[in-house]
Amino acid sequence: MSIKDVYQAVIDFEDDAMPDLIKKELDAGADINKLLQEGLIAPMDYVGKKFSEGELFVPEMLMAAQTMKKGLEILKPLLGAGGGSSAGKIVIGTVRGDLHDIGKNLVGMMLEGGGFEIIDLGVDVEPKAFVEAAKSNSAKIVGLSALLTTTMPAMEETVNALKEAGLDCKTMVGGAPVTQAFADKIGATGYSEDAPGAVELARKLVN
Amino acid sequence: MIIVGELINASRKAVGEAIEKGDAEYIKSVAMDEDKAGANYIDVNAGIFVGKEADYLKWLTTTVQEVSEKPCALDSPDPLAIEAALAVHKGTPMINSISLEKDRWEKLLPLVAGTDFKVVALCMSDEGMPTTCADRLVIADKLVEGLTAKGVAIENIYVDPLVQPLGTNHTFGLEFINTVAAIKERYPNIHFMCGLSNISYGLPERKFINRIFMAQAIYAGLDGAIMNPLDQPMMGAIAAAEALAGRDRMCVKYLKAFRAGLVKA
Repeated sequence: MSIKDVYQAVIDFEDDAMPDLIKKELDAGADINKLLQEGLIAPMDYVGKKFSEGELFVPEMLMAAQTMKKGLEILKPLLGAGGGSSAGKIVIGTVRGDLHDIGKNLVGMMLEGGGFEIIDLGVDVEPKAFVEAAKSNSAKIVGLSALLTTTMPAMEETVNALKEAGLDCKTMVGGAPVTQAFADKIGATGYSEDAPGAVELARKLVN
Repeated sequence: MIIVGELINASRKAVGEAIEKGDAEYIKSVAMDEDKAGANYIDVNAGIFVGKEADYLKWLTTTVQEVSEKPCALDSPDPLAIEAALAVHKGTPMINSISLEKDRWEKLLPLVAGTDFKVVALCMSDEGMPTTCADRLVIADKLVEGLTAKGVAIENIYVDPLVQPLGTNHTFGLEFINTVAAIKERYPNIHFMCGLSNISYGLPERKFINRIFMAQAIYAGLDGAIMNPLDQPMMGAIAAAEALAGRDRMCVKYLKAFRAGLVKA
């Protein structure tokens, strides 16, 4: 019985077994932060890497993230009390006029798997709703998703609204029609092609 | 099967560049390829060009129809772009697409009201994307009632039940198939249209899944797809699936597809 079992459970998608594994580790006096970093976040990094290399696929990444979440739910109330802490808050959402949520949810789950706290505003989100949520949560990053060429202008509008509000937060953008060139053009801080890339990018942006 | 050729879409790099350069020859060659491969409609989309979409869609329509007698599927949520293309379009076009999203519904409905246009009706509303068969049926009913109330004949409505990725929810394939069957039962004279490649998002060997899914959907009643008509294995799968579903008398179409080299074991 060790943290390695927790790590392995994430990689094997054993979501039903996860709560007991975590509880056993806690009972055995495991360090909460170590359990989070090495038992839950580390296997998600591995899964993300394997996904980017084309060895794992979307459903497997989702299953791993769900398994990780089962463990995180138990650790979360303990994290505030002492030991570990979240890597930072990230507000995410799909921009105004756009109802696509699958990519956004995937990125949200992987960011959570990377140790971030996620505030998901859902789909068809007004620029001012992003600004308010970023402000009230003191978010370090706002992540914007757009799946339609027709809603990419709303992405630009949201990036501008966040800048005008003078908030100290970075922006990252993604979605099928979005490119690095578009991200640069609208002045977003960063762009990622896939969900694991978004985790890597978010880590860079908060440091 | 009603095939809408999807290749003339500005979000495909070569097409986007051809549109910007005004390269009519390239657009014409793609249109001829799609026509020859068996497309019933040639989709035209200039969606990536904000502000210029109307002019470009009009140009695409004219250009395509110089070499093909097939009608176009005018692919835009913007009524101004559709209107511009309609001004030059010959024959009976397909409008791709209207949905229950309030803004889109209100702006496009006047354009199709009382016409004999073919209308793609996308099962999407402001409440978001439907995920279950029941959610889709609620939207489909409203679309059909709304369109027929404005004088669109039921046989000119092409419902798109909206395909969602199987890799994100294991019920998404079945919910789609069930929706097709339920809509077909409720409205026997209706048609369908869908881009079904979304089913395989995030999975390996996507074309393999796409072909099997196409066959299952055809069995349920699917009779239209927006796809690449040059995809021979898919065209072969469609021919076989239609024959197996009892829609090909004495296998005539299947054998025709075989002789065209589309069917390979």
